[in-house]
Amino acid sequence: MARPLLALPLEPDAFWRRFLSHRLAAASAGVLAALVLLSLLAPLLAWSMGHAADRVDLLDRFAPASWTHPLGTDELGRDVLIRLLLGGQASLFVGLAAALAAGMLGTLIGILAGYYGGRLDAVLMRIVDGVIALPLLPVLIVLAAVDLTKLGLPASLAQSGDADLYRIVAIIALFGWTTVARLVRAATLSMREREFVRAATALGASAGRIMLVHILPNVASPALVATTLSIGNVILFESVLSFLGLGIQPPHASWGNMLTGAQELIWSAPALVVYPGAMIFVTVMAFNFLGDGLEQALDPRAGRPWARGT
Amino acid sequence: MNRYLAGRLAETLLVTLVMSFLIYGLIGLMPGDPIDLMLNADPRLRPEDAARLRGLYGLDVPLTERYLNWLRAALGGDFGYSRLYAQPVFAVLGPALDNSLALLGTSFVAALAIAVPVGVWAALRPQSIADHAVNMLCFAGISVPPFWLALLLIMLFAVTLGWLPAGGVATIGAAGIGDSLAHLVLPVVTLTLASVAGYTRFVRAAMIEALRQDYVRTARAKGATVGRVLIHHALRNALLPIVTIIALNFGALVSGALITETMFAYPGMGRLIYDAIMGNDYNLALVALLLATVLTLLANLAADIAYGALDPRIRLGSA
Repeated sequence: MARPLLALPLEPDAFWRRFLSHRLAAASAGVLAALVLLSLLAPLLAWSMGHAADRVDLLDRFAPASWTHPLGTDELGRDVLIRLLLGGQASLFVGLAAALAAGMLGTLIGILAGYYGGRLDAVLMRIVDGVIALPLLPVLIVLAAVDLTKLGLPASLAQSGDADLYRIVAIIALFGWTTVARLVRAATLSMREREFVRAATALGASAGRIMLVHILPNVASPALVATTLSIGNVILFESVLSFLGLGIQPPHASWGNMLTGAQELIWSAPALVVYPGAMIFVTVMAFNFLGDGLEQALDPRAGRPWARGT
Repeated sequence: MNRYLAGRLAETLLVTLVMSFLIYGLIGLMPGDPIDLMLNADPRLRPEDAARLRGLYGLDVPLTERYLNWLRAALGGDFGYSRLYAQPVFAVLGPALDNSLALLGTSFVAALAIAVPVGVWAALRPQSIADHAVNMLCFAGISVPPFWLALLLIMLFAVTLGWLPAGGVATIGAAGIGDSLAHLVLPVVTLTLASVAGYTRFVRAAMIEALRQDYVRTARAKGATVGRVLIHHALRNALLPIVTIIALNFGALVSGALITETMFAYPGMGRLIYDAIMGNDYNLALVALLLATVLTLLANLAADIAYGALDPRIRLGSA
């Protein structure tokens, strides 16, 4: 495909042309948009099929697929399709919120380290080394088990229904910023010596202004790509934690905790094992393709589709 | 070189210290403490007994002081007892570490044995249908939730077909090497499938990069055979970064494959750490997490040194 020889990363036409030329990424964006829409509309959908969302009906357990229950019902007689969509709400929220928070934290740390350099840079980068060396999953499990009242949070807040959701976002963000920080630091280092930054310094711009106005827009592309690519991983971590009983707690639906329940039904109702995992699989893959497409669209040097290092 | 090494070693030591304090603090934030557990186990204990016990075990002092006490004991070689197993911590860790190394070592070798040829093969025909197919499979591999993969494999091979055991390390009453190996198959396959995609993408990208280099063209121009150019010139350079990958995965090797080991009831480090955290076995969880962290840091240091030794273009300390 013919491509302009010189294309600025943020020139909209070139961006969209390159992004849409990555057919898998474009398709993934469609799949994800549909998923977001459907999961938000889950209660309405349940109503239209004639039952309340997430309602337990012990007289209608393990119902086969029908018009009222397109994917049947689970061990408590709840509609599987609706629960998959409600689980999608949780997973998508956690994935987007945690990746965004980690991305912003990483961008901040990366710019500070790259711009100021010296001792601050050395300290921040040693912290990165330390965090990367931590065995991530075990540490997340410890954090998911942390007693929030020991941190001085009021018990009413620590035990409220949405606390699991925010806790999981917070702990993933706390340990997920290192990749973005490294990329942004490297990009900042190369920007720092550019003429336009030196000119701004010579004109008396403050450090804060230089970082915000001159450096941030130029390091946004790698940060955005890395953040998008991390959403899939975040969703995987969320589902693992929920599966182990540490993330989103039942009766709130999440793909991970639906699998916990289904694990024991492996003999009697194997379909209940297949659906939630397939949802995780498809969603994570869609975010990975999306990130890949973004990278190709934003970075003219990425060359041929997906010809890049991991 | 020696000065560089000394500096790096000092840095690693410092990071280790900071991480040990962080992990110590984290473990302390988990619900309950050892005295609570004793109180639950023995209803006759009164609150004043609890206070006395806290004093006895040094639990009534601030976090930093408790940490320093622990550090002093640890430096003297005393890492405490595991609550769950009633044994010194390292006596519990030893066998689990061996099991994890067997499991992860096997799957790591298997993953590389697949990733290197497939990655090179795809790199030699970029943008072909075969290359796109490999790419699709790689994306699937990095996107599949490992615990779901394990469940599917159990469903297929243990439940439906009944060919392989669903978990554990040995069938009771049927000891033998064949039986042990049969128990390793599903965990190894799960781990291999979960990691092979990442390596393949890596090898392919590195190989494409290497094939573009001038030295490859030079080698061809002076008449070297295609095979020789591929193996001696391109692949050797492309595989160099694998050293880093191995180093970064070293922690995973030590902290085990938590998910896979838990799913298949395999008694390795991952499951041990999970059980320790869930069973409030503070000493065991602390030492296991710390061990994984320290070994990762040391492996990173070793990788940097190995890089210098393997690649004469890189001179440590001058950068």
